Amino acid sequence: MEMPVPDSAVLARKARVVERLREVLPHDAVIDDPAETRAYECDALTAYRCPPMVAVLPASTAEVSDVLRICHDEGVPVVPRGSGTSLAGGALPTADCVILGVARMNDVLDTDYDNRIIRVQTGRTNLSVTGAVESDGFFYAPDPSSQLACAIAGNIAMNSGGAHCLKYGVTTNNLMGVTLVQMDGTVVEIGGGHLDAGGLDLLGVICGSEGQLGVVTEATLRILHKPEGARPVLMGFDSAEIAGACVADIIKAGVLPVAIEFMDKMLIEVCEDFAKADYPMCEALLIVEVEGSGAEIDHQLALITEIAQRHNPVALRESASPEESARIWAGRKAAFSAIGRVNDYMCLDGTIPVSELPYVLRRIGEMSKEYGLAVGNVFHAGDGNMHPLICYDANKPGDLEICEAFGAEVLKLCVEVGGCLTGEHGVGIEKRDLMTYQYAPDDLEAQMAVKDVFDAKWLLNPAKVFPLAVSEPRRGARMAAE
Amino acid sequence: MKMSMLNSEDAVAQAVADAKGPLTIRGGGTRAVGRPVTGQVLDVSGLSGVTLYEPGALTIVAQAGTPVAEIEATLAAENQRLAFEPYDLTGMLGTKGATTIGGVIATNASGPRRIMAGAARDFALGVRFVDGAGHVIKNGGRVMKNVTGYDLVKLMSGSWGTLGVLTEISLKVLPAVEATETLVIDGLTSAGAVAAMAQALGSPFEVSGAAWTDGAVWLRIEGFGSSVAYRADALTALLSKHGDVMRVSDADWTTIRDATPLHGMDSVWRASVKPSDAPALVAALPDGCTTLLDWGGGLVWIGQSGGNAAATHGTIQSTVATLGGHATLIKAPNAVRASVPVFQPEQPGVAALSTALRARFDPRGILNPGLMAA
Ligand SMILES: Cc1cc2nc3c(=O)[nH]c(=O)nc-3n(C[C@H](O)[C@H](O)[C@H](O)COP(=O)(O)OP(=O)(O)OC[C@H]3O[C@@H](n4cnc5c(N)ncnc54)[C@H](O)[C@@H]3O)c2cc1C
Ligand SMILES: Cc1cc2nc3c(=O)[nH]c(=O)nc-3n(C[C@H](O)[C@H](O)[C@H](O)COP(=O)(O)OP(=O)(O)OC[C@H]3O[C@@H](n4cnc5c(N)ncnc54)[C@H](O)[C@@H]3O)c2cc1C
Repeated sequence: MEMPVPDSAVLARKARVVERLREVLPHDAVIDDPAETRAYECDALTAYRCPPMVAVLPASTAEVSDVLRICHDEGVPVVPRGSGTSLAGGALPTADCVILGVARMNDVLDTDYDNRIIRVQTGRTNLSVTGAVESDGFFYAPDPSSQLACAIAGNIAMNSGGAHCLKYGVTTNNLMGVTLVQMDGTVVEIGGGHLDAGGLDLLGVICGSEGQLGVVTEATLRILHKPEGARPVLMGFDSAEIAGACVADIIKAGVLPVAIEFMDKMLIEVCEDFAKADYPMCEALLIVEVEGSGAEIDHQLALITEIAQRHNPVALRESASPEESARIWAGRKAAFSAIGRVNDYMCLDGTIPVSELPYVLRRIGEMSKEYGLAVGNVFHAGDGNMHPLICYDANKPGDLEICEAFGAEVLKLCVEVGGCLTGEHGVGIEKRDLMTYQYAPDDLEAQMAVKDVFDAKWLLNPAKVFPLAVSEPRRGARMAAE
Repeated sequence: MKMSMLNSEDAVAQAVADAKGPLTIRGGGTRAVGRPVTGQVLDVSGLSGVTLYEPGALTIVAQAGTPVAEIEATLAAENQRLAFEPYDLTGMLGTKGATTIGGVIATNASGPRRIMAGAARDFALGVRFVDGAGHVIKNGGRVMKNVTGYDLVKLMSGSWGTLGVLTEISLKVLPAVEATETLVIDGLTSAGAVAAMAQALGSPFEVSGAAWTDGAVWLRIEGFGSSVAYRADALTALLSKHGDVMRVSDADWTTIRDATPLHGMDSVWRASVKPSDAPALVAALPDGCTTLLDWGGGLVWIGQSGGNAAATHGTIQSTVATLGGHATLIKAPNAVRASVPVFQPEQPGVAALSTALRARFDPRGILNPGLMAA
């Protein structure tokens, strides 16, 4: 993956930049020792690494504003960072950048059960938002598998989803307001405790903008009362086609489970090994979860079971206890790390119309043979968000490149059948150069126009999302102006 | 006023590119809301028809001028629906015509179920539109999860035709429900109502509508029959301290959705606030105003006949500015609409961003100019 050549003029100003940053931040919040900046050299797309010029850890919106104003003045690119769990290289530094980490900003600012909202600083981890309200029976719905580690900051930037978003929606559907610090240090409040925008929906475009429009320091999130109960059922089938047909029938029948997750044989094996959830060994496994009171769960599961029976399942088992349910989910949520224990892998994230599932899975199987790399599949079947995991050997020269070429083919296939390059992980650097397969030049121009408005100098996370050749005139103009 | 009736995206793009002055974009033409716009009418109701519908994928794609009624009928045949419950203002505004899906998305129009299911903008998966320079642009797609590039779908939703002319929209749809029941508690003040609604919405019993009109709270429960019955019982017990809870199986939620009690009034406003702030807004209104609360109190409909509409407008918007939120003038005599900020004035930093975005998407300032903000 190509990255822009670091700006030597910026590197030459490093000492002055550090000095100015130290004027506005405590000493330990400005990290410029190369031994320490290394800690920020990559996110969860570990194949790509580059230590930043400086890393800063501000503790308030005011400090973030000071940092950005200085960087704006000095023409230094800034890469915002939450917990660094991006799988798309969204938080990958460049050698001439300041990494702005919000990890020290993790307070709960206000909990308001009457209005069902919580206000947090964005360095707070996803799971600890729920942690702050669960003793009162509430939860924050979006649940990325990385929820123990990832921050609300990154969730907002990537518009992250989770297993339960079939019912509750993704981040953008649960985000009500943000404090945004613009690159020139201006602080704006967008949205808040009320619903919808009075004017243009700026919140809607900030969510999912991958740290390119501003640094989000605080957020108002919708919280919900927990359901009385939830229960998953496991269904095993002889083929992905049958599993796909079963999913379509469940949805058409008017039952809307909170989650429908799919795993193929390879994933069933590694997840079972990891979680001991007693998954049935078969070609295609579905985890279908429903919620409500005991009687409501029974009723919905009866409908779902009846539909499943029509598709001749090789296994069909309801969870018998909360402990078993927890194990079933632990296995699914650990899928990436479980496969990571046995192999280097690249995780794709394309979405396809659910009707295309069987075709796309078959094609991926064929490509796996052509490229000579194994693939496991685990995904959100209800909404067509796939996660093919391509296994490769990082120590074998050339393997990563083969893996990337294979991945690119799969994503192009997703676009071809009417889907998209990324359903929840974001574009980052990983899918940046494929954007032209999904979008025409005018489509990209309209998106870049939004960045022009928020960040005229293209200093915020500039080497991401848009193909380098496409963004070059804008990034180049900044360098030329210096 | 000259009017062009267009029936293809190319024709819309050409018409915008060729425009010599301001354009008034019209879908069904069912509402003349916002600052009155004088311009050549660009009618997109000829861009009509459902182009793709996959019930098993919960998605539908339609041209922007497709009547909402046609989409709802198509969905009903598969036992599905638009869960955000778009509403119809023809009764309030006394207009004729068919509300179009483009108009609904352009105004982010959502009804009572918004609190549970989400807004129109949450169900919009993809758009095609023509920007102010006549370029055809697409964003999003027809799949339920998509974070590829910036979400211009949200930006276009609720932009009232000031950033582009929508030509095609993909929507997420949801299954229709087997049963519906409404619980009614009568004799409540706005504060009492908001408290009862907060308790219901803060419960695990999935309330899909929470409104207050004429002293009565309405709470809607939807789903499978046995589940509705169970939750109705549970809520009845939970809410008993707020008053007698009555069960109504045929409550007409279009009354709430379309704010029917305010029809016929001279002026109407719609304000979005934090639910717990609704009583303060209601208390700040001049005598003689009628209010209806939806969204658990988060949506305040205000109607006034007689009185000084411009002064009431000022009171509403300044109160909302203090509380946090926004208020829009939906209906008023033309002279009032032309003289007041119809949409809530934005904070300077936000206004600067919005103005700059409009300048980029519509460099000549010809798309519904001045409708949302000067
Ligand atoms: C094992 C594993 C499982 C995962 N499962 C899921 C899943 O189920 N669903 C899912 O959607 N994702 C998943 N992810 C991806 C990842 O966790 C999400 O993208 C997450 O939201 C990133 O959050 P973060 O705080 O780690 O962000 P980072 O990785 O630090 O940054 C991500 C992006 O956000 C930007 N950013 C960070 N902070 C700010 C800020 N304050 N203001 C503006 N921009 C900012 C960064 O510049 C970058 O572009 C998974 C990742 C891993 C490693
Ligand atoms: C202030 C206000 C608030 C409203 N709030 C709600 C609400 O919360 N919930 C609800 O259900 N309904 C609401 N409505 C009603 C909603 O506007 C109508 O349901 C819908 O807009 C009528 O559709 P139409 O096709 O007749 O639109 P029109 O009356 O033709 O147009 C409505 C607006 O949308 C623009 N527009 C129409 N078509 C397009 C297009 N293809 N591309 C770009 N712009 C277009 C028009 O320029 C105009 O500004 C509201 C209306 C107003 C005036």
